[in-house]
Amino acid sequence: MIKRLILLIACFALALACASPEAPSSDTESQADSAPATDQVVNVYSARHYDTDEKLYAAFTDATGIDVEVTEADSAALLERLAREGDQSPADVFVAVDAGRLALADSRDIFQPTDSEILNQRVPENLRHPDGLWFGLTKRARVIVYAKDRVQPDEISNYEELADEKWRGRVVIRSSTNIYNQSLVAALIDALGEEATEAWCEGVVANFARTPQGGDRDQIRAIAAGEGDIGVVNTYYLGQMIASDEEADREAAAKVGIIFPNQGDRGTHVNIAGAGIIKSAPNQANAVKLLEFLTEEEAQRIFSDGNKEYPVVDGIAPPVELEPFGSFKDDPVNASVFGSNAQAALELMDRCGWR
Amino acid sequence: MKMAERTLDGGRLPLLFIGSVTALLVTPVLMIVLQAGADSGDQFRHLASTRLPDYVRNTLWLALGVASTTAVIGVGTAWLVTLLDFPGRSFFRWSLLLPLGIPTYLAAYAYTDLLQFSGPVQTFLRTTFEWTRDDYVFPQIRSLTGAIAILSLAYYPYVYLAARAAFIEQSVCVLEVGKTLGLGPWRRFFRIALPLAWPSVFAGLSLVVMETLAEFGAVDYFAVDTFATGIYRTFMSPVPHALTSAAQLSALLLLPILLLIAAEAFARRRARFFHTSVRYRAQPPERLRGWRAALAVTTCAVPILLGFLVPTVFFVRAHLRSGDSSSIAAFLERAQNSLVLATVASVLAVALALLVTFARRLEPSWANRFLTRIAGLGYAVPGGVIAIGVLIPLSWLDHKIGDLADSWLGISTGLLFTGTIVAVVYGYLTRVMAVSLNLVQAGLTRVQPSLDAAARTLGARPRGVLRRLHLPMLRGSLIAAGLLVFVDVIKELPATMIFRPAGFETLAVRVHELASQERLYEASTGALAIIVAGLIPVAILARTLDRARPGTDTDPDDIPIGAETVT
Repeated sequence: MIKRLILLIACFALALACASPEAPSSDTESQADSAPATDQVVNVYSARHYDTDEKLYAAFTDATGIDVEVTEADSAALLERLAREGDQSPADVFVAVDAGRLALADSRDIFQPTDSEILNQRVPENLRHPDGLWFGLTKRARVIVYAKDRVQPDEISNYEELADEKWRGRVVIRSSTNIYNQSLVAALIDALGEEATEAWCEGVVANFARTPQGGDRDQIRAIAAGEGDIGVVNTYYLGQMIASDEEADREAAAKVGIIFPNQGDRGTHVNIAGAGIIKSAPNQANAVKLLEFLTEEEAQRIFSDGNKEYPVVDGIAPPVELEPFGSFKDDPVNASVFGSNAQAALELMDRCGWR
Repeated sequence: MKMAERTLDGGRLPLLFIGSVTALLVTPVLMIVLQAGADSGDQFRHLASTRLPDYVRNTLWLALGVASTTAVIGVGTAWLVTLLDFPGRSFFRWSLLLPLGIPTYLAAYAYTDLLQFSGPVQTFLRTTFEWTRDDYVFPQIRSLTGAIAILSLAYYPYVYLAARAAFIEQSVCVLEVGKTLGLGPWRRFFRIALPLAWPSVFAGLSLVVMETLAEFGAVDYFAVDTFATGIYRTFMSPVPHALTSAAQLSALLLLPILLLIAAEAFARRRARFFHTSVRYRAQPPERLRGWRAALAVTTCAVPILLGFLVPTVFFVRAHLRSGDSSSIAAFLERAQNSLVLATVASVLAVALALLVTFARRLEPSWANRFLTRIAGLGYAVPGGVIAIGVLIPLSWLDHKIGDLADSWLGISTGLLFTGTIVAVVYGYLTRVMAVSLNLVQAGLTRVQPSLDAAARTLGARPRGVLRRLHLPMLRGSLIAAGLLVFVDVIKELPATMIFRPAGFETLAVRVHELASQERLYEASTGALAIIVAGLIPVAILARTLDRARPGTDTDPDDIPIGAETVT
């Protein structure tokens, strides 16, 4: 509390001090110089914005002496920047939070293949590119959540049933602008075909309790408050809410249960956060070291404990918060399908009016 | 009195200068238009048959709703505090500017948290009256109406500033004539004051509309599909022609903006007159009493309460409950980055705007007028799109320089611009020049051309006219322009995100990071800092405004903002 008050005062004071017209400008300009091209650095373009990632990179620097320079931005913007920078780019590694994006990056031919025994052995085959262009680092399952007081867990057991008439006006989910929904639909197209998926999409849209809005946490909150009865969210959002400092978030999380869909057939849709090495990477060897480090137990633990994502590497415990929900079978389809079906998925959702 | 067509002859130099500045500022927009010409497969036809009708309809309603609401609030409050007297008048005169410091996306977060189904207000209602979701109807904050409300509360100060400057400037004589002719206060307002102030108000409104068209954060958060959200969605989708389809949508959005710019030029041309009377007496404000005074106080208090107080209190509470857990040092660095960038950008924006408008005055040819008009085009294009528009020419330049240096000197320069502060500031300027140009232009128009002529007759060179005549007379406008740019830049996100050097963070970037992970309470610390940083310029602006008492015997050193009176 005192720390926060100090912060509050400090920001007032600083703002006042800097309001004078002659604020220094030259010293930040010098920071703009690109990172030194020694072999002691690796440049990461990342579309992940998690505080725990800083911990990961710091651990890597501790272990190897290699500095990690991170540029974070939205993945579309980063890809555009990479394309324009071309062979002059300082980037070594591109990190994204969705396989669809990695596939898109691949279609622009920005990655070089990496043949690392460590990576091939640790990362399951369906969660990496067949030629080693990118590798999954964490898993995130997209699951069905339900209001414990209004829905019995046996009332729904797979994604297909979200379109059932009995859920009319009861389903909450975020916008189709969201990449996680795009990838889910892309996976459904792979499993059911485009026509059946479109019919499914129309059913789901008819079942919406409200216009798709907010993020995954907002869907959990809406179910807890009674605005909808079932929803679709990524697992780590629930994990983070269970572990939250906010009492309201913990209470909301306690009111919902998880169903891992399609356990009877193909398995639950899982997506990955992953990374690949840039073709022109000036520090290629360091980049390989970084990817290998990120699949080591220490790093996988940070992903799991810090951000509540599922580790990709077998034998490392899932986040404590998600343990009560048990283990599950994931859909073994190769994640690159999310990229190749992305356009069809997007257009299909546009047609059936999924905002 | 019509403005003399050619006041000073500056030769070809003005055209060259205006031309190159405009070229620099419009290049990013042009790049997008060019990109729109590329092949996007069937993407555009698909969009046109599915989403486009919604985009057009929502954008139209949003722009109309925000324009009319800001016009009513802005002009109404400006009229009240300028020409009427009621308790708290001098307090409202400056505090009406406060909502300017609150970024719209932050206001949207705050109001959603408060008013949504699972928020405290509705939860309170449900628990108090034991209602369930089917028992009551509560207006949905995440809606078109909600978006209109939030944007109007954030943007009315633009209209307020413009209208106030215009009302202050109006000589009391005109209104007194109206009074002697038996017009009541309402008809004096609608038949004299408002038509006279209209060019100014329209300039303020056009800024509002441009901001509204480019607005992404709040609108997206409210689940309203407009052009800006559609452009973002299209650009972000993981499909091959994403950039081209997004560029095509952006190019479509430019059409109404060009119309708006033309309309504004037309409105100004029709109504370009200088006051003929040099008498400038204090307008004795009419004192309001009883329920009228109460009504005036309420009218002024509500926009401040809703536009500033509610979101600020929300973020202060959130900060005290669970603020950002990163270190104070990291926080101070972000704050410093934000402030330095905003300062650099606003000084540059104002200096460029002053030079461009002055050059235009030297040589008010058709070409120069046109060029200065379109120099601000980037304001209406969503920031993310402009950022890509800046990236294309800069990275091209980087490669050209790199190749030259490599072949002539045999050295490798790497990338000189992309990923540096230079690119970030360039991105800002293309976005916000409309604001500084607009205000400086408005100020300069009110300086009678005969003054320039007199100065020239007395032997001053053009540079001397600028330095010794315009600069002091325009001081108010320049400060206002600089501060509005400052506030805009503090809130800016897309250009900062894509161009910043590795590891370089600003307050807005931090807030976005936390908010995109749906960690709103932790984002509150950064949000609060943005609000505070925005308050400083607003406070300075307010002080400048406050010295602008209507009709004082104007000392050239103490020119009221936007009201460079004709003396």
